[in-house]
Formats: sequence, C-alpha cells, structure tokens
Amino acid sequence: MRHGVKGRKLGRTSSHRKATLEALATSLFKHKKIKTTLAKAKTAKTFIEPLITKAKNDSVHARRLIASQINERKVVQELFNVIVPKIGDRPGGYLRVVKLGQRFGDAAQMAILELVDFNDVASKKKESAPKAKAKAEPKQKAEAKPKAAAKVKEEDVQDANVIEETAEVKTDENIEEKKEDSAEKENK
Amino acid sequence: MPHPKRKISKSRRDKRRTHYKASAPSLTSCSNCGEMKLSHRACPNCGYYAGRSMFVPES
Repeated sequence: MRHGVKGRKLGRTSSHRKATLEALATSLFKHKKIKTTLAKAKTAKTFIEPLITKAKNDSVHARRLIASQINERKVVQELFNVIVPKIGDRPGGYLRVVKLGQRFGDAAQMAILELVDFNDVASKKKESAPKAKAKAEPKQKAEAKPKAAAKVKEEDVQDANVIEETAEVKTDENIEEKKEDSAEKENK
Repeated sequence: MPHPKRKISKSRRDKRRTHYKASAPSLTSCSNCGEMKLSHRACPNCGYYAGRSMFVPES
C-alpha cells in the first residue's frame, strides 16, 4: 500500500533532489517562466509556492529563510521587490503548469512552469497572432511546391537514362533548388 | 517446479495478440490557430493553451 506517500523522488538522492528544486526555484524567479519535465514542474510547484507565501511577509527573518533556499542573492531581492508586489493579494496558486507534449530523445513529458502574474507572452500576443495567421496561408503553397519539385525530379531521372553527364549537372541544380526551397520555407 | 505441458501454438499465441492494439491519439483542433493538437497540451504550432499564449514558436 502506498497510503499517504507524497511527492516524487525524481530518481535522485535527497541532497541531489534538494539541489535540483532550489536550482529550479532560482531559475523560475529569475526568468519567470521555465521549461522542464512535467514531473519536475509539478514537484517544483509544491516547493516554490510555500516560498512565495513566506516572501509575502517582508522581514529580515523571512529574507534569510528564503535566501537559504535560493542560490543567488539578486534573485532573493527580485522575489521580494518585484515578484511579491505584483502577486499582490492572490491567495496561493501563484504558479501555472502547462503540458507541452513529449521531448525528442527520451519522450519525456515536457511542461512550462510559470508565475501566473508574469505571463509576458500575453503582451506579445499581438505580435505572435499575425504570425500564426501568416503561417496558415504559406502552408498551402508549401504543400504545392514539393509536388512540383517531385515532378522535376522524375523528368530528370528520365533524362538521366539518356545522357549521364547532363544528369549529374541537373542533380546539382536540383540540390540548389532544394536549398532555395528550404531557405524560402525558413523565411516564412 | 511445474512447467507448461505444451508449446503454445502459433495460432494460440497470435490469437492472444489480437488484443494488442495501438490507440489513436486524442487530437482536437486548436482554438487559436485551428491546427490539430493533442488535447490538454499547448498547441505546438501557435503556442497557445486555454486562450493564453504560453510560448512563441521559433519560426
């Protein structure tokens, strides 16, 4: 039975786990948003939210308590002077975990862990939204192009049967065309 | 120690395996950009989740 067994070990020893969580907390307060595995994000949430609650009471004692668990002095100041005022009266629930899907390589579930009051991408919404629309249109063109390229290849192959030398030249041209195509896609 | 009396025939083995199936991923269309995405995950195409931009895609 695993009644009342809380938390995750994250495949680490106690000291390693503590160091990981402190590093995650420091990074989060520094960057306001971090990308990590889902398990680490969820565990870090239970570690970091009590820290923020403690930081709401700005005293020398509270600062020292938190400084003992945060690796950088400047980040402690950032927490007390920037983050806590912006959080204001929010009664807990300072962090948000959003799943991202699986990582290439080890297929680990990835997630974004962010401070709810610091969703800065929201201010960039207006910039990113047109991009998303612009993407939808070029896709139709992008779909059409590979077909055209494929046709060219077939023609070249037929030519290659007739004359080998010219075929080599043409394949070189093909490579160049592919490069141009890929460059165009990147531009889009 | 007890042992199996008979080798499991190919037929029996394969009949057992008829229940080993891959399930289709539960896809929904993104409410922001309309691309297909896995449910309960941020859209990899536009970076939105629950009407909120979580990240800006690289391209």
